[in-house]
Amino acid sequence: MLGLPSAKQSLSARSARHLRRSVIPGFGLALGITVLYLGAIVLLPLCALILKASDVGLAQLWGILSSPRTLSAIRVTVTMALAATAFNAVYGLLLAWVLARYEFPGKRLLDALVDVPFALPTAVAGLALTALFSKTGWFGGPLEAIGLKVAYTPLGIAIAMAFTSIPFVVRTVQPVIEDLGSDVEEAGRSLGANDFQILWRVIFPAIFPAFLAGCSLSFARSLGEFGAVIFIAGNQPMKTEIVALLTFIRLEEYNYQAAAAIAAVMLAMAFLMLVVTNMVQAWNLRYLGRGDT
Amino acid sequence: MSQPPSERGHTEWMVTPVGAGPVARRVVLGIVAVVTLLFLVAPLALIVSSALSQGIGVFFRNLSDAGTQHAILLTVITAIIAVPLNILFGLAAAWTVTKFDFPGRTLLISLIELPYSISPIVAGVAYLFVYGSQGLFGPLLDYFGLKVMFALPAIVLASMFVTAPFVARELIPLMQVQGTDEEEAAVTLGASGLATFLRVTLPNIRWAVLYGAILCNARVMGEFGAVSVVSGNIRGQTTTLPLQIELLYQDYNVAGAFAAATVLTAVALVTILIKAVLERIAREIDETPVRPPA
Repeated sequence: MLGLPSAKQSLSARSARHLRRSVIPGFGLALGITVLYLGAIVLLPLCALILKASDVGLAQLWGILSSPRTLSAIRVTVTMALAATAFNAVYGLLLAWVLARYEFPGKRLLDALVDVPFALPTAVAGLALTALFSKTGWFGGPLEAIGLKVAYTPLGIAIAMAFTSIPFVVRTVQPVIEDLGSDVEEAGRSLGANDFQILWRVIFPAIFPAFLAGCSLSFARSLGEFGAVIFIAGNQPMKTEIVALLTFIRLEEYNYQAAAAIAAVMLAMAFLMLVVTNMVQAWNLRYLGRGDT
Repeated sequence: MSQPPSERGHTEWMVTPVGAGPVARRVVLGIVAVVTLLFLVAPLALIVSSALSQGIGVFFRNLSDAGTQHAILLTVITAIIAVPLNILFGLAAAWTVTKFDFPGRTLLISLIELPYSISPIVAGVAYLFVYGSQGLFGPLLDYFGLKVMFALPAIVLASMFVTAPFVARELIPLMQVQGTDEEEAAVTLGASGLATFLRVTLPNIRWAVLYGAILCNARVMGEFGAVSVVSGNIRGQTTTLPLQIELLYQDYNVAGAFAAATVLTAVALVTILIKAVLERIAREIDETPVRPPA
């Protein structure tokens, strides 16, 4: 459903009925490949994980999850993911606005730069950010001179998360700003509204659902981020340890039950975020649909 | 998707649009420029400058390190296996959900997108519980003496999990818009299913396939979390390039780590470049008037 309710929308009821009696061949083969691949590559491992986690037993599960170290990792991960999302909300919105509304030299380059965090491997991003913010780095030195430590602190985690998830906000909001009709804005203007009023009462409500969808994607990605974070975090238990790393550590200790339990919690968080994002996106599409008519 | 400029709002303004005033424009552009330089450009610049800081000779010596060479090879092999399989899946998945309507179609679409929202670490752990010695198939694989975990098969499988939606995601919206008319016409005129696909569908979607494949390739080559769980990180054997970066970094061989990182950075930059070019081609095709049927 994610990102795809538009699919349903564009199919009129008539063509949907038409498709049911499609003359196009290959349905069986294509469906077969799709289901086989999804089953073997995606569903089988997830089922195995859930099976393993359900083996653990409720009391033990509770013990693993309520241990101070797990709780601390969850707290650090969620708090820093929220901080990263807050930063991306502001910067991403401005970036989307600039790309959609202004013409300026270097616009194409800026547009391409937005994709860097998606194309650049997270381990490379983590390495680069750590070097930038370490004591001897380009930013780390000056920042520590004013008493701000970034590398090996929770702040570093937030920066790594923000870097890896910034394209989500930009790429969800940008097309909506581009498609925004000028008529409502002109109407507002002719009714005597000033820039701020138009921005707040006309433009922002129109892009809000897309903005929220982008933010929830950014948050979801931040919760699961591993490569970029572990380089810069310092990985101290109870201080800068994230949930993904704790899962990894439990595996290396051959504590498979704990790893399964924590991974299952991460999976549950991912499903929850998926539901939230889908709801926001469905709302977004309804909103857009209403705006069109 | 992309509209010709004349249809976009901002070229038809009778009055100054919001934020188009010289002061607002300058302030917003200034903020974005500064943050982008610090946040997106600086890491890239740092990778290149660190890799080359001790001269180009040392850079190439670092790259020719046996471990790094092996990691490059392993990464390329993984991509060679995983990317084509992913393209096949993407084509089949997009064909299924855009050319046909059937019960469970929406569920299938959600499942195709699922790996996108799951942490790579979770994917790695999940694979361990299928093929690991503690896993579902572990005893069976042991019995036959097959090794999946901590070896190439697991690395490929985990990479495929993480990138499963990439090609499908590019194709589904596009094929949705294109509809089924052309294929139906071809089939009605007697073309076989394969001919219809190759001569009618594929020319319409080839740029999207290429674009999806390139993104998928970059992600396969750069995958870290899932692969670090399933590869076992055995030095010189199962370390892909991203894992090699971490190994070198832990060995305090920062220059070596940055040299290895440069390779992946180059892959990323080429990916972005090709993406920009393909988008331009797609836009030009969009804007040319529909050609009369041949």
